[in-house]
Amino acid sequence: MNGVHDLGGMHGFGQVVREEHEPLFHAAWEGHVAAINLLVRGAGYYNIDAFRHGIELMPPAEYLRSSYYERWLATVERNLAEQGLIGGDELEARVAFLREHPGANPPRAGSAPVPAPAAPPASPASPAPRFAAGEAIVARNVHPAGHTRLPRYVRGKRGVIHRAYWPQTFPDANAHGLGKQPQMLYSVRFTGRELWGDSAEPGQVVYLDLWDSYLDPAPA
Amino acid sequence: MTYDPEQEPYVALRTRALESLLIEKGLLTAEAVDEQISEFERDIGPLKGAKVVARAWVDPAFKARLLASGEAIAEVGLPSSNYLVVLENTPTDHHLVVCTLCSCYPWVVLGLPPTWYKSFAYRSRAVSEPRAVLREFGLELDESVTIHVWDSSAEMRYMVLPERPAGTEDLTEEELAALVTRDAMIGVAKVAAPDRPGAAAD
Repeated sequence: MNGVHDLGGMHGFGQVVREEHEPLFHAAWEGHVAAINLLVRGAGYYNIDAFRHGIELMPPAEYLRSSYYERWLATVERNLAEQGLIGGDELEARVAFLREHPGANPPRAGSAPVPAPAAPPASPASPAPRFAAGEAIVARNVHPAGHTRLPRYVRGKRGVIHRAYWPQTFPDANAHGLGKQPQMLYSVRFTGRELWGDSAEPGQVVYLDLWDSYLDPAPA
Repeated sequence: MTYDPEQEPYVALRTRALESLLIEKGLLTAEAVDEQISEFERDIGPLKGAKVVARAWVDPAFKARLLASGEAIAEVGLPSSNYLVVLENTPTDHHLVVCTLCSCYPWVVLGLPPTWYKSFAYRSRAVSEPRAVLREFGLELDESVTIHVWDSSAEMRYMVLPERPAGTEDLTEEELAALVTRDAMIGVAKVAAPDRPGAAAD
């Protein structure tokens, strides 16, 4: 999707600000969000692509206003709701309860039967790769409304296959519960000039990892 | 007693509510959450990558295997990963790693990413004006140096093998590892020689 998360080349975000002696987490809840996500995702209730897409689906203003782990919390909530693991206003009700009873001790373990993660559909074998290292390509000028890992700043641009990796899970399918549908992944090299025109800095090349169906052969 | 946002920010309350629901539903246990958080805290982060770099500096055969495949990190006791690609900085070629779409980062060698790596400023600018970004980090590269920017758009993970600083011929592998900074392995800094001011700063 053409979302606000697709930041490459955008202006207006200012200088890169660094923090001296940065702690691992800035507050205890951040560690909890990170742990909850790793455990629930690790158990197979949603996958990494659905996790990323859940962040992209945040309203743009909210995305920009939120911190990194606030965005994680948002996508964990969304994915659990989509899987039917947290229903309706269940979470809001629990928030309200804890607000009213700040001293309440939550249970340490559950007693309910644990639902099994939904099995993703089987995928066809990976299609034969269409490109080899050294070949010229054009990144497709496409604008899928769902999840994609083809950033706007390379769409329609000419590049060269730097290296062919191996068939890998296709995020555009996997994020939507359509299975892994693996296809060949390539490292693709673009010149700064091709991407940024006269604004490019001298001697700059940019590499992206792009799937086979993101690419077309470059016209001669 | 009612809820006090001074005591507990709303997002922390909401996280606690979510966690308690998931525990009740049997999707999590409090013990597993605590154990996972301790694991994050035990993670030695960039020290792992520094070991890889120091070994590559002293052992050319290891370096060749490492540049051919990230699986070679198993030789210094790290979990082998063929998704890891190591990029060698030289006097003519400088590599820099970013993720413009989210914050993909080579956790296996560097631990959790610093906040600046996840910032909108870094994600938006590293691909379009890397020299300007590097200048803000205090690194001015000659115009003759090619800058290779790696936008981690898939599951492949990139780590930079920085140049070994001059004047470190007599150092042991362990002493060399102590010089290597996280920033140098992302590509926003060089590794400074030990006798120069700020050499060990991160």
